[in-house]
Amino acid sequence: MGIDIRLPLGILFLLLGSILVVYGAASDASLYGQSLGINVNLYWGVVLLAFGALMFALSRRGARAEARAGNPPQSPRSSSH
Amino acid sequence: MTGIDWLILGLYFAFVLGIGVALKGSMKTSTDFFLAGRAIPAWVCGLAFMSANLGAQEVIGMGASGAKYGIATSHFYWIGAIPAMVFVGIFMMPFYYGSRARSVPEYLRLRFDEKTRGLNAISFAIMTIFSSGISMYAIAKLIQTLHVFDGVFQRLGLNSSWIFDFAIIISAIVVLVYTFLGGLSSAIYNEVLQFFLIVAGFLPLSYLGLKNVGGWSGLKATLGPSYTHSWAGLSHANTNRLGVEWFGLVMGLGFVLSFGYWCTDFLVVQRAMAAKSMSAARRTPLIGAFPKMLFPFLVILPGLIAIALPTQPAVPSHARVVVGAEPPGKGIIPFKVDASSGQPMLDKDGKPQLDYDLAVPSMLLHYFPPGMLGLGLTALLASFMSGMAGNVTAFNTVWTYDIYQSYIRPGATDAHYLWMGRASTVFGIAFSIAAAYMANRFNNIMDMLQLVFAFVNAPLFATFLLGMFWKRTTGHGAFTGLLAGTAAAAIHHGLTLPAGAAVGIKGGWLAVTHTYPSEMAQNFWTAIYAWSTCFLVTIVVSLMTRAPEESKLVGLVYSLTPKPEEEPLAWYARPASLALMVLAGTVLLNIIFW
Repeated sequence: MGIDIRLPLGILFLLLGSILVVYGAASDASLYGQSLGINVNLYWGVVLLAFGALMFALSRRGARAEARAGNPPQSPRSSSH
Repeated sequence: MTGIDWLILGLYFAFVLGIGVALKGSMKTSTDFFLAGRAIPAWVCGLAFMSANLGAQEVIGMGASGAKYGIATSHFYWIGAIPAMVFVGIFMMPFYYGSRARSVPEYLRLRFDEKTRGLNAISFAIMTIFSSGISMYAIAKLIQTLHVFDGVFQRLGLNSSWIFDFAIIISAIVVLVYTFLGGLSSAIYNEVLQFFLIVAGFLPLSYLGLKNVGGWSGLKATLGPSYTHSWAGLSHANTNRLGVEWFGLVMGLGFVLSFGYWCTDFLVVQRAMAAKSMSAARRTPLIGAFPKMLFPFLVILPGLIAIALPTQPAVPSHARVVVGAEPPGKGIIPFKVDASSGQPMLDKDGKPQLDYDLAVPSMLLHYFPPGMLGLGLTALLASFMSGMAGNVTAFNTVWTYDIYQSYIRPGATDAHYLWMGRASTVFGIAFSIAAAYMANRFNNIMDMLQLVFAFVNAPLFATFLLGMFWKRTTGHGAFTGLLAGTAAAAIHHGLTLPAGAAVGIKGGWLAVTHTYPSEMAQNFWTAIYAWSTCFLVTIVVSLMTRAPEESKLVGLVYSLTPKPEEEPLAWYARPASLALMVLAGTVLLNIIFW
């Protein structure tokens, strides 16, 4: 019922990942002394981005499978064809 | 905190509230609100089952214990939680889910009688309010200690003494909004978000920390074997950091306390009751057990690293999170500071005490630059809030179904109970706020309450075990057993004392007849006595009272219930296979960290 949590989860992590990647790429290397010289924002941001994309893709696939099963999701988009 | 950190925190809040708003429309019946319509997939319930317990006490407490006791803290997971989670999934869920009870107290009424349910429902309701209050207090205290809001408050010209109140109000409002709108579904979905956030925020922390101290072997070399072995030294209480011998640990923690919590506490069981089918309900705790098994690496390991690092008070000032002039402690854990005098607090030998609760927050500040720091702190706050929401959703269900519908106003319409659910969410949170202030003002009262809850909880598992697996158990037996078990816990506590403690809240208030090597040993043995007393008294009284009618126990007792039908699932997804996998993994981890 309600929502497929993979969708908001995917979007949240896509956004979090993007923020960290952009900030990591733009920030000065001197910021990363405390993290052992590793640009954690950039690298971990990429991981979060990948996770977000995976969750997003899974939720889309789930929605398509549900539509095929004759149980269309209640979004108005599916009826506009 | 810098702008980027605020952005991440704000994004999280937007999603949390957004989920509540998105679910608002689907709350049509009380079942939707209290049991998420019994329509949640197993993996979502499983992660929520695990995360509901992952509140402030867990994340901060396990890191603190890691710094204090070392890897032996993993016993709370590897002989504590995991076997109990497997047991509830395989053996108990068929009765919880199959009986269609809407709550754990309701199961007790179906299986036993009204008085047993009443006792459990009322003590549980009070307990959840205080737990959620303590969570709220922990959030506010942490925000205050880490000076998260200080910069903002200064800029706005506000008095920084209001930060504690501000933090309480904010966390209360956020939790109120999303549980009020979306009920249990909202809480469960947010627990899933929280789970992934904790992993996202803490995994790099463990990685960086471990890399810094030279890996596990480096940690071993710095800290020595007492910190890095979980079983070695457990043959005697004096040869390990926990101060417990193996029997007390295995029986007290592994059996009585863990099974008591994971198998009977409605806060976690509710997550499985929301599952969409019997097989999903049974798989819920088993799926939760997989990440649970690995969580020591996320929550305990940072504590060990914090104590192993060279002592250094320096905290980067650009983070705007200045721990300030606090004196250095050990590793990166500062000394506990008396708020009124500003001096370190001393233990009874005159040595300054370490503030172990700051182990994990100090680690975040130590390793994370802006950006990741925001993610780490967001993960911490998320875990606190969903711990609170877990208590609130369990409270509103037990209040509405087991107290209000049973004793105050039976026979009203479903819409009325749905309304009551929302109303009780509001006053539940209001009471929690009161409890949070009480924890702030009167620490002793809080300690005492937690002690009383421990007495009430300790015998519970004996009642459920007998109720589910021995059809002869009667309501009178269960009720008397519970009272006797609670009394036994209190008497045992009153007669014993941990080594070096003063008579009073720590025990010995009747007479000191035995001294335990540590408080943990005393706790475990209190539980063992409570459980055994409840077990024996329940059996004796049951045999003395009239046997319950067997026809009424179908679906509630093992021997009178047909085996649950297995859904056609792939072999690896069946409950029994999941159970074997997770148990094998746990045995392996115990051996590796022997």
